[in-house]
Amino acid sequence: MSNRVLEISNLQKAYGNHQVLKGVDLSLNKGEAVSIIGSSGSGKTTLLRCVNLLEEFQGGSIKIDGKTIGYKEADGKRQRLSNREITHDRALTGMVFQSFNLFPHLTAAENITLALKKVQKKSSVEALEIAHHWLGKVGLPDRGESYPGQLSGGQQQRVAIARAIAMNPLIMLFDEVTSALDPELINEVLDVIKSLAGEGMTMLIVTHEMRFAYEVSKKVIFMNEGVIGVEGSPDDVFKNSDNERLKAFLSSTKF
Amino acid sequence: MMNLNTGFWHELWISIDDLAIGTGIALTVSILAIIMGTILGVLIGLALTYGNFVLRTVARVYVDVIRGIPVLVLILTFFYVLTIWGINLKPFQAGVLSLGVFSAAHVAEMTRGGLQNIHKGQNEASMALGLSFPQTFISVLMPQALRQILPTWINTVIETVKGSTLVSIIGVVEITLVTQQIIARNFLTMKFYAVCALIYFCIGFSIERAGKYIEKKIAIK
Repeated sequence: MSNRVLEISNLQKAYGNHQVLKGVDLSLNKGEAVSIIGSSGSGKTTLLRCVNLLEEFQGGSIKIDGKTIGYKEADGKRQRLSNREITHDRALTGMVFQSFNLFPHLTAAENITLALKKVQKKSSVEALEIAHHWLGKVGLPDRGESYPGQLSGGQQQRVAIARAIAMNPLIMLFDEVTSALDPELINEVLDVIKSLAGEGMTMLIVTHEMRFAYEVSKKVIFMNEGVIGVEGSPDDVFKNSDNERLKAFLSSTKF
Repeated sequence: MMNLNTGFWHELWISIDDLAIGTGIALTVSILAIIMGTILGVLIGLALTYGNFVLRTVARVYVDVIRGIPVLVLILTFFYVLTIWGINLKPFQAGVLSLGVFSAAHVAEMTRGGLQNIHKGQNEASMALGLSFPQTFISVLMPQALRQILPTWINTVIETVKGSTLVSIIGVVEITLVTQQIIARNFLTMKFYAVCALIYFCIGFSIERAGKYIEKKIAIK
């Protein structure tokens, strides 16, 4: 139990009348990599964005390291926390986006040092050291001075991973991080994520790369229409399940 | 028979002080108006982008009303109409104020455009990193918006300088009015309006070149 880093219970999320998440339960232990698969619109990206508090949710709770994030109970009513508290809770997770979202006016190294300096109040020297450490880890030791526009998509996404992980989050969230990449650039990004998983980083991965999900995760979750359809070991999900929806989904994707 | 050519150079020589002072006044009016317009305009632009309904509506009305009124009418309004309520502005003050109010409307609109053009992913990435909104605004959004609006801002600066000719109508002795006074003395109409035009051209052209240079310097690589 002390090992449990993330605990999502009965998560409910709606856009107006459209219910996107209909009661999702999910937990993540320290050092675990969990992949979420499913067709578009199944709610997997929304789930990830809720964990990073980029989305508000109407019911259920998310606990990180035992602490409920984003909301509190006051006088029996559910209240969203103040912006300051939300910002604090957000820093518990590191998010990597499909569209990289690097800051185009800053170099790769500056992209990483910005939040280290502004949020964690690190000195420029220390922040730069951390930036170079992580740029090395993602295989870009000499691209610190490059601007995002001078990097390939794969390189940009690796900088984005370094930027998120440099903040030392408890959990890394990957939101379809290879979907915007040319096929030949996908593997360099997946390899970085694999090596991070190998080093024991806790991560929640939304992906369309089935082979990668199979290889990297301890647990795979198939989401379908806002609920968890199937959950289990990679073999359980990819090979042994007799869930019709999952079978239909898997047959429509390449492995 | 008077030699017109020698006459012109002589007239130019004795007018040079007046022209220099006129240029100085035109530039002073313009610079003050641009400073005022930029500060006010960015604030109104922020209201347009991030304000609540009331703030947004007020800002929108300001921008639409001011942009719909000719500068000349604004100048006359500030100089004459305000006296009805006991506000007596000096010509110089009325000139700066009206040009400032005018350029603020343009700066506001370009600030809004610049900020809204930034992909929302920039905001989300900043939030995900734990940056507060003020930090995001200063370090992520504004630097990108500034680069985007610089070319149009330079244009507004040039328009403001050119618009400053209009304050001659309320008696601010800037380049145009100085030129008219010189012509009234020597009747060298063509030649002195050409001098007047040349001065404006030099100012406008320099600003444009400087703008291009800065644009290149700060361009996102």
